[in-house]
Amino acid sequence: MPLIEARNVTIRIPTEDGGIHAANSVSFSVEEGELFGIAGESGSGKSVLMQAIAGLLPGAEIEGEVLFNGRDMLTMSEAERRALRGAQIGMIFQDPLSSLHPFYTIGSQIAEMIHAHEKVDKAEARRRVVEMLERVGIAEADKRYDAYPHEFSGGMRQRVMIAMALILRPPLIIADEPTTALDVTVQAQIVELLDEMRRSFGTTVIMITHDLGLLSSVADHVMVMYAGTRLEIGATEALFAMPAHPYTLGLLRSSPAADSNGSPLIPIAGKPPSLLARPRGCVFAPRCAQASDLCHTTPPPLRRYSDATEALCHFTASLPEDEPVTEQTTPPAASRTSARYVVEASGLSLTYRSKKGFGRAVENHVLKGVDLTVRKGETLGLVGESGCGKSTLARVLAGLAVPTDGEVKIQGEPIASLTAARWREMRRRVQMVFQDPFGSLNPRRRVGAIISDPMRIHNIGTAASRKARVQELMETVGLNPEHFNRFPSEFSGGQRQRIGIARALALEPALIILDEPVSALDVSIQAQILNLLQALQRDLGLTYLFISHDLSVVRHICDRIAVMDKGQIVESSTSEQLFRAPAHPFTRELLGATHHPPALTGVDTRHLISETPFMTQEAQA
Amino acid sequence: MIAFLTRRLSFGVLVLFTLSAFVFLLFYVAPGDPARMIAGEKATAQQLAQIRENLGLDRPILVQYASFLGDALRGDLGFSYRNQQPVVDLIVRRIPVTVSLVLGGVVVWLAIGIPIGIMSARFAGGLRDRLGQVFILIGLSFPTFVLGMLALYTLYFLPRKNGFVLFPPGGYAPLLDDPLKWAWHLTLPWLTLALVTAAIYARLTRGQLLSVLGEDYIRTARAKGLSERCVVYKHGMRATLTALVTQLGADIAVMLGGVIVIEQVYGLQGVGSMAVQAVRNQDRPIIIGVVLLGGLFIVISNILVDLLYAALDPRTR
Ligand SMILES: Nc1ncnc2c1ncn2[C@@H]1O[C@H](COP(=O)(O)OP(=O)(O)OP(=O)(O)O)[C@@H](O)[C@H]1O
Ligand code: SF4
Ligand SMILES: [Mg+2]
Repeated sequence: MPLIEARNVTIRIPTEDGGIHAANSVSFSVEEGELFGIAGESGSGKSVLMQAIAGLLPGAEIEGEVLFNGRDMLTMSEAERRALRGAQIGMIFQDPLSSLHPFYTIGSQIAEMIHAHEKVDKAEARRRVVEMLERVGIAEADKRYDAYPHEFSGGMRQRVMIAMALILRPPLIIADEPTTALDVTVQAQIVELLDEMRRSFGTTVIMITHDLGLLSSVADHVMVMYAGTRLEIGATEALFAMPAHPYTLGLLRSSPAADSNGSPLIPIAGKPPSLLARPRGCVFAPRCAQASDLCHTTPPPLRRYSDATEALCHFTASLPEDEPVTEQTTPPAASRTSARYVVEASGLSLTYRSKKGFGRAVENHVLKGVDLTVRKGETLGLVGESGCGKSTLARVLAGLAVPTDGEVKIQGEPIASLTAARWREMRRRVQMVFQDPFGSLNPRRRVGAIISDPMRIHNIGTAASRKARVQELMETVGLNPEHFNRFPSEFSGGQRQRIGIARALALEPALIILDEPVSALDVSIQAQILNLLQALQRDLGLTYLFISHDLSVVRHICDRIAVMDKGQIVESSTSEQLFRAPAHPFTRELLGATHHPPALTGVDTRHLISETPFMTQEAQA
Repeated sequence: MIAFLTRRLSFGVLVLFTLSAFVFLLFYVAPGDPARMIAGEKATAQQLAQIRENLGLDRPILVQYASFLGDALRGDLGFSYRNQQPVVDLIVRRIPVTVSLVLGGVVVWLAIGIPIGIMSARFAGGLRDRLGQVFILIGLSFPTFVLGMLALYTLYFLPRKNGFVLFPPGGYAPLLDDPLKWAWHLTLPWLTLALVTAAIYARLTRGQLLSVLGEDYIRTARAKGLSERCVVYKHGMRATLTALVTQLGADIAVMLGGVIVIEQVYGLQGVGSMAVQAVRNQDRPIIIGVVLLGGLFIVISNILVDLLYAALDPRTR
């Protein structure tokens, strides 16, 4: 008997705009001791599904059955469900800072879990908590028991969450994006810890993540969700070697794989649908490369394959016969050797002094002697953990922060020596694109105004010529030029990032600094943006400084990579060289921590054994 | 801690100092002649000059201010123009009334407002929430004096018409003489003061708690299998408290002003009513004294709020 089995779970969340169809007849079962992965783009209903199962979504209407050890969790009383939560089902959430109560000590928060389910005296509970904290790798656990969450780093907080979830040794743990909010190297440690814990306690784990590389390396079975629908489910190895569903295939082809340096990714066109209305045919049809007329009109059947893979599709996924051969994006060789530097920075240091209370100044050395050059026409990757100074370095190069020491030359001109007018002129030549496509665009300004801002600030052109240029730019970055009158909120995350890029392009800068430009985007959208950046570089001869913590992305797009650690560049070489033979220990640690999905074999060993109509409640009604 | 207190206290002294200078200057440039105020309409020019000299009003303003400051530091705020009594005595005599009114009111309004806010937030969108909202709306839309009159009418006049006294119409009985009588006398003023403010606190509690209940750590608490009571009171209210304390500090401080109305309605001889009379009589020493007392209240309550805040929120320690 499976430990937990969901049968045709359908979830509706009533909202002001109408009901959200967050899950449509989703079924899966998880055997004891396995690690079950759930993948899918943002908003596909992964979190809602798990929270609804645990009874943490009070407003939702849920149908179907969720059998936990044979008992239906959806029909049991709230008291019974409460007894299961924590004791039988432990949960770990995405953001370990916001998931811990800021006003209680971490020890007391874990101990509370024990007291809620067992009659145990305080000293005994404390002893158990300290022991568990030690097991998850918190040093001096007895002292740290009385620390507050804000005194812990992100990784340690996630360890605390894991300790909390494990303290009662529940048979099942649901981990919702347990590592997304953490640095790559920390991510690896946390996943390792989870894996180790599950082995030593025999815990079953359901892990939600959008990181396909991670799933391919730890999960036994994987379920792929899209728009609240389970599109594919199967054993990890088979699924990653050659998925049966076109959506899974699309996801894998959008992810920069281990060996795909430079070759363009194949994004899934379009964006995920709204969950307010259910389409008549296949939910994926508007974005599917394999869609036929049938797909738009008839709900796809459930196909079962010989290796127990199941997919919801009229067809079986297949790689297109004639792979479009796109020319390589290597910049013209001349520009590489002509050694024309766009950026030459040497000995950059930056120290922040903050006063704590009266007197005593605290010095924070953010940059400690950074040397960096960016050649014309190349893409230089800058990688490192959060807080190592990447963004500060970018701000210094863009002239937005003044270094304490050292010199920056932009196109051979030292920026420290510039007059005010020349400085303004220099600001034109370096443009930035930021991570958060939501936060970095003024929500109250129209897109046309946002894109033309730099031109207006620098007094370029007339109103009419600026408008023409804006429309041209929107066209260039793949936005509909007629939408120049819209507000940022009317655009999706990927489209907003295109707006940011268009704005950066407006002044034809010599250097574009991209600070985590795709980290907030889903793989399919991320692939679209990366391809756009490469195409623009090829067509316009742009130079990029690309900051990211995601090594597979960096490797995919960058010619050279500089690795930064604690305010210093510890290693810098060509992408190939760096991945083949990382010299610095920190680089090795960084590389060891990244998971790439294995390359698609394209070889399909399974065969179809049955095809049954799959009806959601709605379609039946 | 000590460093913190010293810092806050010295800042407080600075505030009071500035305040005194400001008020002093204001009265110097303000129209009206205190000498005529004291001597009356029929006084001769000679009498007026004599009074000015007695009061030291003929000296340059800086000298006046310096002597005022020197006296103030020794705890002497001068004499009332009206009845020649020491201002400090006058104020001190009235402080118990005002403090009783404000602190008692605070207890009553918290006791009404917070539970209603919690109820509203816990059952957001439901019937109980709507009841809470109605309470909030009524409380917010009635001015203090209307509520005061209403309470006076229903709890005093109506019963008295029917032959018995439920609550006295006003007046003050010292706490130490007879606590019961003290509370009995102050019940109506407390209720009046509390009803308006309770609505504000119910709204604040509701809003804060609602947003706290949407936090991730509340989800964690539920995922632990804690009871809903524990989730709301231990985890939810704990985080709501800081907002309430901040608001409370500010409110108690400005209450002094708001209390004037209630002191009038219930004929309480508190600091507020004294200030009203003093303004009417242009009794400058008293006005300056009351303003400084208000400043003192604000300074003290701000320090208290900061201390409480540090106790409540480990992140600010
Ligand atoms: N409490 C809620 N009320 C209304 N709608 C909600 C609620 N929670 C989630 N949704 C909606 O349900 C849908 C699925 O959301 P869900 O959080 O499950 O996605 P997800 O797959 O976990 O995405 P991500 O990868 O971003 O975490 C989304 O459209 C979301 O807006
Ligand atoms: S049913 Fe059609 S549209 Fe849907 S995934 Fe399959 S091929 Fe694509
Ligand atoms: Mg999620």
